[in-house]
Amino acid sequence: MHTLTIDGKEMRVERGTTILEAAKKIGIEIPHYCYHPGLSIAGNCRMCLVEIEGVPKLQISCYTLVSDGIKVHTRSERVIKARQAILEFLLINHPLDCPVCDQAGECYLQIYYMRHGLYNSTFLEDKVKKRKAVVIGPTVILDSERCVLCGRCVRFCDEVSKSSELGIFNRGDHSEISTFPKKELNNKYSGNVVDICPVGALTDRDFRFKCRVWYLKEKPSICPGCSNGCNVWIHYNVDRTCKAEGKRVMRIKPRFNEEVNKWWICDEGRYGYKFVDDNRIEKPYIRQQGKLIPVSWDMAIERIAGLLKKYPPESIGIVPSPQCTNEDNFVLKKLFSEHLGIKNIDYRVPSQLNVYSDDFLIREDKNPNSRGCEELGLFPKDKGLELKDMLREAENKEIKILYLMNHDLVKKMGREEVALALSSVDSLIFQGTNFNETVEFADFLLPSSTFAEKDGTFINQSGRVQKINKALEPLGDSLSEWKIFVKIARELGIPVEYGGPEEIFFDITKEISSFVGLSYSLIGDEGINLY
Amino acid sequence: MKNDSLSFWERLYIKEVLKGLILTSKHFFQNMKVHILNLFGVKTERKGAVTIQYPEEKKSLSTRHRNLHRLTVREDDSPRCVACMMCETICPAKCIYIVAGEHPDPSIEKYPVSFDIDLGICVYCGFCVEACPEDAIRMDTRMLEIASYSREGMKYNKEMLMDHNKYCKKD
Ligand code: SF4
Ligand code: SF4
Ligand code: SF4
Ligand code: SF4
Ligand code: FES
Repeated sequence: MHTLTIDGKEMRVERGTTILEAAKKIGIEIPHYCYHPGLSIAGNCRMCLVEIEGVPKLQISCYTLVSDGIKVHTRSERVIKARQAILEFLLINHPLDCPVCDQAGECYLQIYYMRHGLYNSTFLEDKVKKRKAVVIGPTVILDSERCVLCGRCVRFCDEVSKSSELGIFNRGDHSEISTFPKKELNNKYSGNVVDICPVGALTDRDFRFKCRVWYLKEKPSICPGCSNGCNVWIHYNVDRTCKAEGKRVMRIKPRFNEEVNKWWICDEGRYGYKFVDDNRIEKPYIRQQGKLIPVSWDMAIERIAGLLKKYPPESIGIVPSPQCTNEDNFVLKKLFSEHLGIKNIDYRVPSQLNVYSDDFLIREDKNPNSRGCEELGLFPKDKGLELKDMLREAENKEIKILYLMNHDLVKKMGREEVALALSSVDSLIFQGTNFNETVEFADFLLPSSTFAEKDGTFINQSGRVQKINKALEPLGDSLSEWKIFVKIARELGIPVEYGGPEEIFFDITKEISSFVGLSYSLIGDEGINLY
Repeated sequence: MKNDSLSFWERLYIKEVLKGLILTSKHFFQNMKVHILNLFGVKTERKGAVTIQYPEEKKSLSTRHRNLHRLTVREDDSPRCVACMMCETICPAKCIYIVAGEHPDPSIEKYPVSFDIDLGICVYCGFCVEACPEDAIRMDTRMLEIASYSREGMKYNKEMLMDHNKYCKKD
């Protein structure tokens, strides 16, 4: 432990801490560009200069370790002057692009210039012109003129994605970020360079010009893309009357969580949000004379409740979804297993072949809540049928009702494998979010809401319970899964009645042993491990 | 401010009403004289009326007067606007709606795919003009005839707003 003073405040920190990190601990923000807590230290931007008593020159705080008894000043006159000079230097060749630049509003050149800038330019020379709007990969566009050469993106590609596509080329005024010859910035994590670029030099092709950042609202959530459960922000915009063709979710950004994903998310998760607004099932449908006809909720629920009453439990198969929250699945279990006595329940739909996974973030299981389904026991017990047996028995006309929760069986198992089974059942009920090929076989469609439209919890592969939060109103007539089950229960006169996800979670903690002692407030935004 | 109290005569209104009638008739007879003379081919220097003969005749406006919007253009007649949405952001009436898109020329980069103003809601504050960093929107067309029989008719799109440059042609 070292004792030091920063701006007159005394503090004790671990040896080996840098001054910048020490200052952050007591809430003093030292401006910086090249330093990023998730990358190695380059010390090249000089924005983080501080004054240390007894040391003649200003020192960079991102690379200087604390030592016992030092007195640091982060706001002395010399420091402020140095910052002004650095900003003046950085802006020598910087274009006046802010009206066009996607970063405006969250740009650290703008932010620091407002705080520390020198407002009168003393520069007379012509600016060096560099390349603009260069496509450097499938997800990112580079504007060389805006780059402050902090090198974060280069270090990211070397250290985190380990793909080394980027480098800094040329000298002096002509230095430029670029991809190595014949390479493009194309890796599973490429979108992260946009997040860490402190200025608008790297912009996201998907987000470009869609929405100015000050219109965005944000909600903490969990990426539903795979079982790693990366923490994310949903950035959405519902206020402007002219939205990008009615799209609400504008982008997904990683949310720092030391235990799960640090500062990063994969591209698949980042760009995988489109299903929230596209191709959604917005109304309940019933198939009449071969066609799916939109109907009211009351009508659909009445018909489905009728079916559940008419057929014996042995002839009904339920396929829950690991895309649903624990709350959804718990109510499903209450209704179908406990009250209706259905034993053929199996959530384990095989995932597609050849899915990518690695030892960083991307997992093979593309569902966010398989572990939750496991904990709730949504697989066959006491002679219940497994999914493939259910399908076989459907072909044999033994299974007459199949209740599919948001699984595209055709895509996952192959059309030949499932077509006969799906068309042999008396009624195929599909409850889900988007139209897909399996829907062609359905007799009932019940619209459910996506992860962005509801509250609830997921459990990731390592057993961490994490919360998703409702950012948007459900699209069209869609409803959270648990609400649909409550509607069915009501119609059947079964006492399954809940007011909200928190209430359901309270029941889960009482009934499922591995959840004991948990609550929404304990889970918080960071999540908490089971056991 | 103190109000001057009215005298007895003024309170009767008769004097004031008569004063008004006299003024009106003076103009009436004067105009009638001029119009009759005109009828017989005698032109006088005098105008036929003291009022402004709108719409043939228009009152000159202060240079600071804010009127119908226009979107200014570059030399190649493409819009100057870069869809930065500063005007949309500042507009207190929230009547500007812009959709941005990628311009094929990387030196321009961004342009408005659509730019709509609903003048039925606009309060003519001029904030949009003040906020624009590109001098792309102005309210200097000197056009005041912005009426319409429908609310739809008050909505102006990008093409119409660019067309308003015709009111400012200098040649
Ligand atoms: S990087 Fe920042 S300062 Fe530079 S143009 Fe973009 S918003 Fe403006
Ligand atoms: S592109 Fe961005 S992250 Fe990369 S060096 Fe330039 S400013 Fe830094
Ligand atoms: S004049 Fe005022 S109200 Fe009208 S469009 Fe401009 S900013 Fe909006
Ligand atoms: S402020 Fe000017 S440049 Fe920006 S969107 Fe409005 S008109 Fe276009
Ligand atoms: S942050 Fe310290 S030198 Fe860049």
